[in-house]
Order: sequence, then structure tokens, then C-alpha cells
Amino acid sequence: MSAYNPFSLKGKRILITGASSGIGRATAIECSKMGATLVITGRDKDRLNESFLQLEGDNHVQITTDLCKISELNYLLDQIRSLDGCVNNAGIVKTLPTQFISESSLNEILQINTIAPILLTQQLVKRKIMNKNSSIVFTSSISGVDVAVLGNVLYSTSKGAINGFVKNAALDLASKNIRVNSVTPAMIKTQILKEGSISEEQLNDELKKYPLKRHGLPEEVAYAIIYLLSDAAAFVTGSNLLIDGGFTLL
Amino acid sequence: MELKKFIENFAAQFDETDSKIFTAETKFRELDEWSSLIALSVIAMADEEYGIKLKGDDIRNSHTIQDIFNIISKGL
Repeated sequence: MSAYNPFSLKGKRILITGASSGIGRATAIECSKMGATLVITGRDKDRLNESFLQLEGDNHVQITTDLCKISELNYLLDQIRSLDGCVNNAGIVKTLPTQFISESSLNEILQINTIAPILLTQQLVKRKIMNKNSSIVFTSSISGVDVAVLGNVLYSTSKGAINGFVKNAALDLASKNIRVNSVTPAMIKTQILKEGSISEEQLNDELKKYPLKRHGLPEEVAYAIIYLLSDAAAFVTGSNLLIDGGFTLL
Repeated sequence: MELKKFIENFAAQFDETDSKIFTAETKFRELDEWSSLIALSVIAMADEEYGIKLKGDDIRNSHTIQDIFNIISKGL
């Protein structure tokens, strides 16, 4: 007899985007440990393979994909017959004060953080790839949903749009028994921050604003995503699961 | 890159501080109006005007406007 575990992902086939680093990589690894069979994608072939090598279990697939390119998106979709879960996680950050927004910077972040995951979702539904009782999860953010962060206006815009999409798509897709939810993390320790213009000192100052006195770990977002993917969340749709160490309490 | 023009671009990130007080030797972090948002604006200005991506640490380790000018000049 197998152990009782309502959060198990055993027998579920799940697509995870942005799996080559950060929250996406941690989610892929943790989902594999929970028994899921995965299709993981990312833009960087080598880093995606590093994630792939850390997956537990068999029959996982990795497909290097730039989701912003229609031909690559279609190739990815052609490889997938059915899914029980999809984690729209791929994203970038860009720090620019409002007066420095340019059309190209706005287009870039919306394309990656907003348009690509929405179109992927649309295609998964249109092609009837999502099974009945399946779950779609977006990695959103408290920025643009619950709070604002200096210089983070482009990122907030992209995630605010995702927040609206999640609520409305959840309603539209309820009749198909497809659930749509998001996780809204605060600052999580990932490479995405190191690549920006934020200094170590600024990050340490930030810690003081967290009642739990630390930033989150990628795995701690992964566990929330696992919950939303699992049958334990069968009655949960259109929700944002806040993972912020108490940041928004203050 | 011209120093005079750079100082003008630097000063343009401030709203309250009189632009006439800015020189190459201005210790910008000692100005009352200096803030983390202005630091981000200086980083964005360097990228937009000169195509140079400054790091937060570049600002933190600089004292004068000349110091920032020198970092950007090296990158050009």
C-alpha cells in the first residue's frame, strides 16, 4: 500500500517553463521528487540540461525553447500530447524608473513575462492538451499585485497583467475543469536578482522589511506550486497564493 | 564622451537640487535629495545615453560625479 499523500503528483504529466534556473529549476526538481513526469523548457540549453540531470525518476523530457518565437512554441506544443499540469514560470526582471521606459524595454518584458505564457496557455487549451482536472500555475509576484517596488514598474506591469489573466482564465476554463492559479512570491534568492542592478547591500537592507527576517528559497515557492498542481487543491481556482515571509503585513 | 554634458545628464535626475551646483567634484551621495530611486535613474541614464550598464556597486563605490564618469569612460 502506498503512503497517504494528497499532495502527490504521481502519474501526472507536467510542463514547466523557465526550468533552466531559479524557481523553475527548483519546481522541476521538487515535482519530480513528488512523482510527476516532466516536460521542462528553457532558453539556455546547457543550464536546462543541468536541471534535467537533477530530476528524479524516468521518462522526463527537456526541450530547449524560446517561447517568444512562434515556430519554437509550435515545435514544443507538437511534442506534447496531454498534460495534467503546466507551470508558466519563465520570466525576466528589468529595473528602470518610469521616465526611462522605452518601447523596446516594455515590449521585451511584456513579451517574455506576459504574452508568451498567455499564448502558451491559449494553445494548450485550444489543442486540448490539458486534461480534465488539470491545473495551470503562473509564477507571478507581489510586485504589481500587492505592492510596488522602486524602479520595478515594468516587472509590476507584466505581473499585474498576469494577475488579471489568472482570475479571468480561471472563470473561462472552469467548465473544462481546468484550474488556473498563481503564486505571488516576494524576494526569492535566485540568479535573476544577481543579474540586475541591485547591490548586495540593497538586498540586505531589504531583509529588514521581512517579518521572517530572510528572503525566500526557490524550493519554498516550488512547494506552493506543487500544492496548486496536486489534487489537494482540486477546489482551488483563480487564487493567488502569497509566499512573502510576511512582507505585505507591514 | 564630454564631461560637461555628463554632469548635465547626471543633474537632470534631480528635481529639487539646483542644477548649477553640480560639478565633477560634487559628492553626490551627500546631497539631501540623493536616494535609491535617483541611483536607479543614474543607472538607467548611463544605459540610455552611453549604452553602459552600471552595477549598484559602481554607484556605491563612487564618491564624486567624476568617479562615475570614469567608470563609464572605461566601458566605452
